[in-house]
Amino acid sequence: MNKMNVVVLSGSTVGSKTRTAMNQVMEKLDKHTVDATLIDLADYTIQWSDGRHYLDYDGDTKYVTQTIMDADVLLIGTPVFQASIPGTLKNVFDLLPERAFEHKTVSVVMTAGSSKHYLIVDQQLKPILNYMKAHITQSFVFVEEKDFLNKQIINDDIHFRLQDLVDDTLLLSETLKQLREQKEAEFDF
Amino acid sequence: MDKGRFKSGQGLEFGLYTLGDHLPHPETGERISAKQRIQEIIEVAKLAEQAGIDFISVGESHQDYFATQAHTVVLGAIAQATEKIKIGSSSTIISTLDPVRVYEDFSTIDLISEGRTEIIAGRASRIGLYDLLGYDLHDYEELYEEKFELLRKINEEEVVNWSGNFRKSLKDAKVLPRPLEGKLPIWRAVGGTPASAMKAGYAGVPMFLAHLGGAASHFKGTIDAYRETAKANGHDPDSLPIATAGFFYTAETTQQAQREYYPHINEGMKLTNGRGFPKQQFAQSADIRSVVNVGSPQQIIEKILYQHELFGHQRYIGQMDFGGVTMAQLRKNIELIGTEILPAIRKYTSKGHDE
Repeated sequence: MNKMNVVVLSGSTVGSKTRTAMNQVMEKLDKHTVDATLIDLADYTIQWSDGRHYLDYDGDTKYVTQTIMDADVLLIGTPVFQASIPGTLKNVFDLLPERAFEHKTVSVVMTAGSSKHYLIVDQQLKPILNYMKAHITQSFVFVEEKDFLNKQIINDDIHFRLQDLVDDTLLLSETLKQLREQKEAEFDF
Repeated sequence: MDKGRFKSGQGLEFGLYTLGDHLPHPETGERISAKQRIQEIIEVAKLAEQAGIDFISVGESHQDYFATQAHTVVLGAIAQATEKIKIGSSSTIISTLDPVRVYEDFSTIDLISEGRTEIIAGRASRIGLYDLLGYDLHDYEELYEEKFELLRKINEEEVVNWSGNFRKSLKDAKVLPRPLEGKLPIWRAVGGTPASAMKAGYAGVPMFLAHLGGAASHFKGTIDAYRETAKANGHDPDSLPIATAGFFYTAETTQQAQREYYPHINEGMKLTNGRGFPKQQFAQSADIRSVVNVGSPQQIIEKILYQHELFGHQRYIGQMDFGGVTMAQLRKNIELIGTEILPAIRKYTSKGHDE
């Protein structure tokens, strides 16, 4: 059987908190037997979406979109900019086809300077993921400024919650895959 | 019905189309040569003609996994190899070609085929060809509208005076040779959305509507939008032919047809579109209300008649060769079409069938 293909996306080109959190997500994935790839948008030069099909891009843009399209599981890390997700992350969504997340399980880690932004995942990010047909892990992890020190997460509770998020995400993906295979076997073609 | 070459009361035309895809077989992973693929397309046209199929068309795509970039050349070969079957493109990407050269090619094919040739002009769902052929993607819409209009003008007028943004002006230009009957049927290729269909309606141009999947009733909405827009703009909807195009595959039983075709569509779409075809959606083809014409001959007959009742269209064309379907399978399909499907469709859609 193929190993589950997990992509961890750090969705910002600014700051360090989201990348720090997603490094932790990569570590939490270690106890599972999966193929995990970290994509930090800060490491790539990605074009603005100009409406073409994602297969028609090249370079970093093609690499990032193709890697996401090939994933079974996507763990998205995002900061809050101007009370919303950063344009860099929205651009990744805009580069992908309409139903890009069909049959994929998607989870969210949000970092923010203030607890006042807590509902941005539910109000702004999840509607996009839903539209793109993701199976969304119900809970997400919200990490605040005070949980970080010197590019480390110092709040033990965040570590527990990140591990739970990773475990729940993989379980959900595996379960949905089994259910889908069961359903598809009924079609008999 | 004066536009196009449809006689009143003739019944629904049945055709086949290929995008000219050149994909590996989903199970073996092996791909035939481009030479073999092109020759098989020509062979299918001959077999289709022998089976009594009305129409065959070849598409233009400029990207990996396609072999008919020069689709007019392939159509020329089909014109020479056949005698009765109507010939067209599915579609010609007029946006990135010179309408003068397109018209010269198709008129010539029309003369070779002795008046059997039609143009279906689209604007490409994939856009790699803009770079390849030297066009700017920002002009996507303007390119199509301007060049499509010029193509129609060349068809209507033997001496053309024209100026636009994307081509040098034409002054008293004669575009030769002229087709056998003076004009060619020219269709506007339309995707699934009502907005796209309405554009064909504004101009009063025959519409070729592609439908990949979903409920037939959904496409009825698009066709209604086309006819209403045409009427509101002073065109007679009854004079405007409509054709539909979508996946087609038949075998002894519906289950066998699904089994045989699904891997080709799923794997082929992964390579050309980046996403497979959801199995759940494909399974709906067993329902008469789904627009995907995959099933036993009887099932397909019922589906096509159901669609004809909904759409009132003049022609349906099926895509049965996508994703590395073998020549043996294509032969079998054509045989079932000729012996079972065509006689029933003609019987039930020709005028006066129930008298």
